[in-house]
Amino acid sequence: MIENKKYSNKYNFAFIDESTKKEIRRKLLKAVAIPGYQVPYSSPEMPISRGWGTGGLHVSLALIGRDDIFKIIDQGSDASVNACNLREFVQMMTHCKVTFDTTEATLIQSRHRITEEVLKANQLFVFQVPQPEPLRGVERYENKTRQMHGEADYAKMWVSLYESFVRYGDIMLGAGYPVKVNDRYIMAPSPIPRWDVPNLNQSEALFLFGAGREKRLYVVPPHTKVEPLEFEDVKFDIERFLGKSCYRTGSGKAFLDELFLDDGSKQFVVNDSNYLDKLAAGNPVRQHVNKYLNTIQS
Amino acid sequence: MGYIAVKGGTDAIHNARELVEFYRLKKAVKPIEIEQIRSQLRLSIDKVMGEGGIYATEYAALAIKQMEGDVFEAAFVLRAFRATLQRKFYSETINTREMFVKRKISASFREIPGGQILGPTRDYIQRMLDTAKAIETKEDVETFLAGFAAHIDPAKLADIAHFDKVIDLLKKEGLLQPVGNDEDTTLKDITREAIKFPAPRSARLQMLARAETGGLMALGYSSMRGFGSVHPTVGELRYGAVPVRVKDRLGRVRYIGSIEVTEAEMISEYKAKSKKAIPYYSIGYGLCFGQNDTKAICMGILDRAMRSPEGNSPSNDQEFVLYHTEGIESMGFTNHLKLPHYVTFQSGLNNVRAAIERNAAAVPPSTINPSVIIPSLQPV
Repeated sequence: MIENKKYSNKYNFAFIDESTKKEIRRKLLKAVAIPGYQVPYSSPEMPISRGWGTGGLHVSLALIGRDDIFKIIDQGSDASVNACNLREFVQMMTHCKVTFDTTEATLIQSRHRITEEVLKANQLFVFQVPQPEPLRGVERYENKTRQMHGEADYAKMWVSLYESFVRYGDIMLGAGYPVKVNDRYIMAPSPIPRWDVPNLNQSEALFLFGAGREKRLYVVPPHTKVEPLEFEDVKFDIERFLGKSCYRTGSGKAFLDELFLDDGSKQFVVNDSNYLDKLAAGNPVRQHVNKYLNTIQS
Repeated sequence: MGYIAVKGGTDAIHNARELVEFYRLKKAVKPIEIEQIRSQLRLSIDKVMGEGGIYATEYAALAIKQMEGDVFEAAFVLRAFRATLQRKFYSETINTREMFVKRKISASFREIPGGQILGPTRDYIQRMLDTAKAIETKEDVETFLAGFAAHIDPAKLADIAHFDKVIDLLKKEGLLQPVGNDEDTTLKDITREAIKFPAPRSARLQMLARAETGGLMALGYSSMRGFGSVHPTVGELRYGAVPVRVKDRLGRVRYIGSIEVTEAEMISEYKAKSKKAIPYYSIGYGLCFGQNDTKAICMGILDRAMRSPEGNSPSNDQEFVLYHTEGIESMGFTNHLKLPHYVTFQSGLNNVRAAIERNAAAVPPSTINPSVIIPSLQPV
């Protein structure tokens, strides 16, 4: 007898079918081998909207194992609505343990932030990427940007930085500041603030980038050189909060959110929600170390 | 603190899910049956199946019900469902000459083999709001069906067969542009690999077949109206059922069912670059699930337009057309603007404040132009 399975669709572990997971892993290996190079991949549709973290999910779900401990943040927060939705989805499809604790997690997916706490060698860090092409602002055609990367022809990019300086007195790039990886490819670090950009350099952890809608994967392997684009005399700098500090913890050495309160006053608060909780509870934290952060008193 | 209140995110999304379900059901009326949607919202289903990229009328009806009739969302649900199904076979190429034709028209010739068959179309109705439909009953439906059946002559039904195609006439006369070697005939599966540009025609047509009807229409219309040069003639537009076959593991070709498709073959004059070239006709091709004349016609226009990439009109530009008519991706990204962006915004804000301060320091206060707007160079 033929069994009627019409409405009893069962999902595979981690949702994605095994052959597609294999494909994603193969493409990620290629991306590890060529740091900063964008590898096209199939990017099947997910039950999550395009542009809402599908690329990050592809990477996370292709790599997650039953023993992984999963953390997901959106704009630094574990409790952001989209992060909650994706966390629930991953948990439903894998039954993996989930956590808010940055140090406990083995797989961290993030939209637009690197955790304030330093990452370790056993951690995978997955970025959700809206626009993987750092040259898109200066060249609209995909087949041309691929060629420019192939020939390491980054003149247009440099000229745009120069023009920005001439016009406005500084390089006006905010989040998603372009970087050069391993002295070769210019890469979009996803729209992380400049605050996080130096933390990509020579990290212990493996950084994986998934751009679902644009169907590209790329990687910054551990211990890889990542430099923000800058001139000899016009330097990259992180966001400066100019003596402002977190109203809850007093910390001025963390990326801060600007809050407009009901009484019209303005306050600042540590953006990374887990870091904030730890600071507020007086728990020990180990922050990233880089030459920019070193100039700030904690 | 708005919608990221520290530990409330999960509660908030659960409540929102429940509330939207309440909105779907709050009037406590009888739930619409899938069969009703399937038979009475036929054209919505055709759109949803086309954009969802799966031929499954029942699931399309389910998706429409689940999403309260939002066809974008319904197509998205269907596409996501489709992605969980393993591709076990590739079908043999379907042959529209085998079509059981329900509708077949040509605008290029007065008479075509088999004649013009209007079939089921609302092209020639007066678009007046039919208030009688407000009180339509089961009995009305039955009366209509009985009356309809009464004037069908069963003896004539056997005559309906397969019809030759209009382009065969043009081909026989040698009017069509011969297919040259400059066309990339590589076969791609866009569901298994990312599209690369310039894309072969197979990938372009697949993208168009899953594209959003409204998006195709906007670009197809732009090409006809003046932002492009394709003003084609409908060589043939046909709608009907075609058999689908796959090759089994032993290499035998097996019939697995039939699907309904609309096919458009749009004739346009081929504009040759060199002066001495012969002015052949060329065909723009469109094929989509179900009955969707608009989509098939616009596909045909855009297929033709994209084969002349030298134009500087949006419709001639592969990357422009294919990336931006992909409804599920464009809807997702458009809506992602609703996600919090305060970190990225803060980063830009930091730059803008610094620039304004620099400006203030450089010029006397009275001459500061408040309209100096500093754009962010990087789209986020």
